Amino acid sequence: MAEKVGIYVCHCGSNIAGTVDCEEVARWAGQNIRDVAVARDYKFMCSSLGQQLIEDDIKKEGLTRVVVAACSPHLHEKTFRRACQNAGLNPYLCHMTNVREHVSWVNNDKKAGTEKVKSLVSAAAERVKHQQPLEPFFVKVNPATLVIGGGIAGLQATLELADAGYPVYLVEREPSIGGHMAQFDKTFPTLDCSACILTPKMSEVGQHENVTMFTYSELEEVSGSVGSFKVKIRKRARYVDYDKCTGCGICVEKCPRKVVDDDFEAGLGYRKAIYTPFPQAVPRVPVIDTANCTYFQSGKCKVCSKVCPTDAVRYDQQDEIVELEVGNIVLATGWKLFDCKRLPNYGFGRLANVYTNLEFERLCNAAGPTNGKIVLRDGKTEPQRVAIIHCVGSRDSRYNSFCSAVCCMAAMKFGHLVLEKTNAEVYSFYIDMRPNQKDYEEFYQRLLEEGMHFVRGRVAEVTDAARRPEEQGKLIVQYEDTLLGEQKRLPVDMVILMGAMEPQADAKEMGLKCGISCSMAGWFTERHPKLDPVATMTDGVFVAGVCQGPKDIPAAVAQGAAAAARISGMITNGKVMIEPIVASIDEESCSGCRVCNNMCPYNAIEFDETKNVSRVITAMCKGCGTCVAACPCDAISGAHFKNEQIYAEIEGILWDAQPAAAATEGGR
Amino acid sequence: MSKGKLAIYWAASCGGCEIAVLAIDEKILKVAELFDIVFWPCAADGKVRDVEKLPDGSIDVCLFNGGIRTSEQEYMAQLLRRKSKVLVSFGSCASEGCIPGLSNVNTKREIFDAVYKQGEMTHCENPQDLRPQPHTKVPEGTLYLPVFYDTLRTLDQTVEVDYSLPGCPPEAENIWAALTAIIENKLPPKGAVIGRNTTVCDECPRKRNEKKIKKFYRTWQIQPDEETCLLEQGLVCCGVATRAGCKALCPQVNSPCIGCHGANDGVADFGARLMSALASVIDSNDPEEIDRIIHEGIPDPVGTFYRFSLARSLLRRSKKPNGVEVEVHRPAAAAR
Repeated sequence: MAEKVGIYVCHCGSNIAGTVDCEEVARWAGQNIRDVAVARDYKFMCSSLGQQLIEDDIKKEGLTRVVVAACSPHLHEKTFRRACQNAGLNPYLCHMTNVREHVSWVNNDKKAGTEKVKSLVSAAAERVKHQQPLEPFFVKVNPATLVIGGGIAGLQATLELADAGYPVYLVEREPSIGGHMAQFDKTFPTLDCSACILTPKMSEVGQHENVTMFTYSELEEVSGSVGSFKVKIRKRARYVDYDKCTGCGICVEKCPRKVVDDDFEAGLGYRKAIYTPFPQAVPRVPVIDTANCTYFQSGKCKVCSKVCPTDAVRYDQQDEIVELEVGNIVLATGWKLFDCKRLPNYGFGRLANVYTNLEFERLCNAAGPTNGKIVLRDGKTEPQRVAIIHCVGSRDSRYNSFCSAVCCMAAMKFGHLVLEKTNAEVYSFYIDMRPNQKDYEEFYQRLLEEGMHFVRGRVAEVTDAARRPEEQGKLIVQYEDTLLGEQKRLPVDMVILMGAMEPQADAKEMGLKCGISCSMAGWFTERHPKLDPVATMTDGVFVAGVCQGPKDIPAAVAQGAAAAARISGMITNGKVMIEPIVASIDEESCSGCRVCNNMCPYNAIEFDETKNVSRVITAMCKGCGTCVAACPCDAISGAHFKNEQIYAEIEGILWDAQPAAAATEGGR
Repeated sequence: MSKGKLAIYWAASCGGCEIAVLAIDEKILKVAELFDIVFWPCAADGKVRDVEKLPDGSIDVCLFNGGIRTSEQEYMAQLLRRKSKVLVSFGSCASEGCIPGLSNVNTKREIFDAVYKQGEMTHCENPQDLRPQPHTKVPEGTLYLPVFYDTLRTLDQTVEVDYSLPGCPPEAENIWAALTAIIENKLPPKGAVIGRNTTVCDECPRKRNEKKIKKFYRTWQIQPDEETCLLEQGLVCCGVATRAGCKALCPQVNSPCIGCHGANDGVADFGARLMSALASVIDSNDPEEIDRIIHEGIPDPVGTFYRFSLARSLLRRSKKPNGVEVEVHRPAAAAR
């Protein structure tokens, strides 16, 4: 019996109809595509009235297949599948073809666009006739969650889930949790002490009965899928027995080797070869920096081992791989600071009193290397005049075109701290002021009142080459004041560069491990930029905090909490629906050649020695199709992507093409 | 029961299929008992004009081997199709093009150059550079030769085929099984390949493991061990992709399968399938190393992956260079 196909062409307001003649496509489809029973166009197919159209046609016209030409299936495939299901049609007999992202949004030529939509609709109609009814299945959700990154976003997600009663494994690369927020002195716009609001959360996580921390550890490998991931964590050797160490700190105190701390103190301070990054570190268990440890380098010393009251130092400790099973994963891997040396005209690394924003955070931190005194590199001179340069490495097509989102506010926070702690004048060189969250504009007004100078213009150069007597021994900021339209020079004592937030160097690699992608800039891609900002295209993998894009602390915390809420919902539900789009092996055709056996990225193929056939473990299959392509004899087929479906789609799209034989064989 | 009528014909092929029919040994007498052989030029005298005179559909079974390269072969395919109730595409040449089909990587001009020019391939003496012509006027009148086409086509690309029997040549027992099925009228659905729908591995006794290949070898380069899968030892064994039915003849004698039975049902392109499978088991993630493994181990990809199936593949032939005249196939009868 011939299928009865319904075709629905969505205008998407003017999104599609602006460059595609939707009425013409529907009329054409009704007349030219075989087995089409109904062909309609409608303003908004995704509206309840649009869905009702489909449901009514299925009931009244007896449609057996449905094609919706509209936006991306990522957005509305579920909507239209549900509509079909409501009317009693198996949802997998509905096919969406994307004529918005693939046609109208990338094209201005209405005639060409309309023709392309005809081809796509024809392809979808031919394909849908070969689609088969499928039944989804369900897997149990493991209540444990893996959180990667112990910054504020990761901590928030961890606490929300742990407080809800679910086990959380928290993995942090550094020796302590806390992230960048632990380095800050104050937070804008309230000027709360950063440590005062962060450290309670850190210690809560450290002591929580539902949280297992893996600090100084990294994610090694992820397998499985939503509900039942298997992950491997590499616990790097810290050379201190985690269980025996009481965190008394005697080893750190007695360690004779002092090294520059490029991590936590941003190069401004020192740490020992055995160290905890900062006093409130969680856990308190130190690590040995083997590259700088006298014992590891020369075989002598062992002071830490001698002074340890609990005999916890273990020079022979090895990295350890821990395997865990979790239902969901939260990536909260944060950011790294732009390397300000890449802008040599600002002199960072060459001119002593040019600082990065992270250095300045440490400089004005009461627990920092200068105990919070704002002084020049010589360690004693208070600056008379400070320049803050915005957008260093951000909003700059040579480096990063994005806005780092926090620098305007951080710059004003710095301005406030300088004005509060010194008698210096402060100049801010900005492109645009963007204090655009709650109470931020008020903070800007406050700084204007406090006397901070705001200069709209990009700084061309910071130099120590004086031209005038008053510039002698100073740093000179060469800039254009775009409001005055003048080139100017300003001698200052200190320059602070507001370096950009950049994705972690290994963000792409981390994304690959977890099966998610990154934007061009390197930030993790969310499922939907507005409506699904913490989920990703891989079910069970969520993103939170700056790893998804530059944001301030409140936004990072909100995302951490949002990811936790999504996961809590899944755990409470107990099961998660798995698309039935999986591979299967026909045992009759399978010859047991074993070509597919080590192909599966999800380890979903097993070999049955007794029957001499390979088999797909359905619950683990993600329907990627790798084995389908590898099978040399077509014994493996991928549901919903069968050969005949794809060939039909190709034939449909070539509806107006000449048969190939006629073109090459002179009429035969 | 009245005797059936059988025809056997030979087009572009080596003739091995004809001999294979005789390899059924004494059972050939049984064939003679059950069938009148109305046309079998290789074994008995017969004239085309006698076939032309037969009523349409009067031959019960025609076993047709060989591909279609000339106008004469095309005519005979059409004639025998018309006269036969069941037309069997017999062997690899008729079904897939086989070795003659490999010349689809060349044009007619290149093939004629290779054969008729004084060259290293044929050493023929042809100082005037003569080429076969379809029409040659001589004092006695006009001589005709069949037109040689640019592209070799399979039998089913030329006429409708009822069944095909794979193999180069088909194995005697499979021929007998097919004939028995025809005699007993136990035929599979029309269009089917008579044979099993699994691959040579299924019949191969070698031990198989997960496959990881670091280097491909050519057969003369190594002496493979007799227990382990040949592909795992680096030989390009086509058994993984080749239809079963031969009882793994070649792997049984320590030689890799070359793929003469063609693909399983559902595979549109044998070579592409095999390439995709082999690409999947190369054990490297370094593009340069992968390139090296392929270039060193598989110097002749068409001859390796499409040895039997080029004419039947999605590729069918190499792209003709611009400016090459395309041979227009005229109606076969007019060409004679």
